[in-house]
Amino acid sequence: MKRALPIVERELRKFIRTPALLVMVLIMPVLNLVVLGNAFGGRVRHLNVAIVDEDGGPAARRVREAMLSLQMNGDVVRSITYDNERDAARDVRDGVVQGAVILPPGFSRRVYTGEQPRAGLLLDNTDAVVAGTLQGVLNGAVQQAARSAPTTRYIRAVGLDPVELFPFVPYMRYMLPGVISLGMFMTVMIGGGMSYLDDKQRGVHEGYLVTPITKFELVLGQNLAGTIKATISGIMVTVLGALVAGVYDIFQPMRFLALILLVIFVSFAFMSMMSCLVARMNNPMLPRALFGILNTLLYFPSGAIYPTQSLPTWLRWITYVDPFTYAVHGLRVLLLKGAAVRVVLPDVFFLALFAAVMFAGSVKLFRRTL
Amino acid sequence: MSEPAIRIEHAVKQYGAVTAVNDVSFDVGTGETLGLLGPNGAGKSTLIRMLTTLVPITSGRIVLHGDDVTLNPDRARLSIGVIPQAMTSDTDLSIEENLSIYAKLYGVSREQRRKVIPELLELVNLADRRTSLVGTLSGGMRRRVEIARGLVHSPLILVLDEPTTGLDPVSRVDVWEMLTRIKRERQLTILVTTHYMDEADRLCDRIAIVDKGRLVALDTPRALKSSVPGASSIEAQFGDEPADWEPQLRALAGTLTVQALGGDSWRIVTDDAGTTTMALAELALGAKVAIRSLAVTSTSLDDVFVYYTGHGLKDSLAAAAA
Repeated sequence: MKRALPIVERELRKFIRTPALLVMVLIMPVLNLVVLGNAFGGRVRHLNVAIVDEDGGPAARRVREAMLSLQMNGDVVRSITYDNERDAARDVRDGVVQGAVILPPGFSRRVYTGEQPRAGLLLDNTDAVVAGTLQGVLNGAVQQAARSAPTTRYIRAVGLDPVELFPFVPYMRYMLPGVISLGMFMTVMIGGGMSYLDDKQRGVHEGYLVTPITKFELVLGQNLAGTIKATISGIMVTVLGALVAGVYDIFQPMRFLALILLVIFVSFAFMSMMSCLVARMNNPMLPRALFGILNTLLYFPSGAIYPTQSLPTWLRWITYVDPFTYAVHGLRVLLLKGAAVRVVLPDVFFLALFAAVMFAGSVKLFRRTL
Repeated sequence: MSEPAIRIEHAVKQYGAVTAVNDVSFDVGTGETLGLLGPNGAGKSTLIRMLTTLVPITSGRIVLHGDDVTLNPDRARLSIGVIPQAMTSDTDLSIEENLSIYAKLYGVSREQRRKVIPELLELVNLADRRTSLVGTLSGGMRRRVEIARGLVHSPLILVLDEPTTGLDPVSRVDVWEMLTRIKRERQLTILVTTHYMDEADRLCDRIAIVDKGRLVALDTPRALKSSVPGASSIEAQFGDEPADWEPQLRALAGTLTVQALGGDSWRIVTDDAGTTTMALAELALGAKVAIRSLAVTSTSLDDVFVYYTGHGLKDSLAAAAA
């Protein structure tokens, strides 16, 4: 066992001597958080909407007032008055405006007589996000038309009152667990996979193999070193990311301790997986190519950026064995919910089991001779 | 001589249908320096890898100071220090850190490390650079770090795979002097592979010529050279030579042929350049014949290599590179 330690010592000394590597490992996930968090997480605003009022009645006026208040309040939509439906439709097609509300003749009369009033909405559905937002916002606006209409005999709609159990989670915070996992994965990829194969290529391994070190000690040393490196970068990304995303309560001692423990398990799971994958490889170019594949296969379906519930069944099978899934879930629980540690125990259990299997696999696959 | 430091018995290494090492047997005595000479692909690196436990032996056996490398690899590993062809010390670590990590891999205790590492740095003339990062050193200094690294566990046998390949001429001489000194001070058995003739000639007590996986010759450099018939020649120009000068030259010890080149110049082909030259000098002195010029072209290991393998080392190198 004791011969694993010089391997760890060598790797860590090299790691701290290469601060550029550490910075790169930190920059990529934090950048990911800032750029993607803002790109996906921000609400869509400043949408131009054409309004064609062919009715001119009081109900139509109330719809226009409602749209104006949307403009005053957060500048979500800007209404531009059009004379006719044809011009409005053309401008929606040309992208001058993102949508057009058509209030047909007789709109107000129908509102008051209760004859199912209809307003038209022309949408540029090539952009689903904008179209969806407009449909929601404008649906609210046209409801204002019936605000002071006489009450009918039965209730038109059943209200659903949502109660949010946790403070509002902007998308950037939602992404944070995934980004921390990605940071650890990158460290393992570079500091575990690539450096292993570079060493092999350079002949450093021959140097190890002529000493009396055992196969188990060598693999253990490499896994320990990779786990420590990934833990260091995991903690750094957690702290940095939490500050960027505004998750300040992770600094409560017990919660921070729980986070560190989880980060260690995740690091070991990632490192042992990498060690298993590269055990028989010789070409240092391979892990570089592998990174793209693993990133797509393991990171995206893990729930890091989109809920796993959206995936088709065959893809969900990947998420069941994907260490990213458990890493992201565990981190999300600790970071955003601040829930009891027992909630993450199943994640920790899976990660430990996964790491044990992968570690055993890499010892088995590793060759003591050239 | 008691038990040899290295005993190789009928060693064979096969990679599929290719036989890289084909029934090689020889012993290396304790304290001896043996050079393995041969072109790339001759099998010398494979032989070294078998000996250093890096590749399994197909058949035959290799014993290092009584330890069979197949049956008792860990004990065998402790008795050899390996200096690989590629420079593998870490450039972003200091000389001392590089040595210390390897010492730990060999299980050298802390007290031993404290004693051995400064001694080794002294030995390879790097004591004042011990905290320098290896990346800041010249090629020759780096090679010296690797030599020191191969000695951290005080092995009895040092194995060097092409120690001067890629070094400039000054660094090469530097490394040779270092090795000569280490050998003298530590009574090490050294096995060195090379494809430089001058290196083999200068460093080795005996030379093993390997070609196409086979051992084709094994002897001292001198004996190898003299085993090549008539490849040394002496060219001399005399003043006032007597009429019967040619038969007198023919009678010189070791002489094979004598050829008059005209203008008082002669070429004597001999199988022992040293003896014939001495005899020639004595003859000239006795006969009061002045020697105006004298040039001895002795057999080189290149000639030896061609003689034993039927092709030049440089040709093989070129063929291997192509």
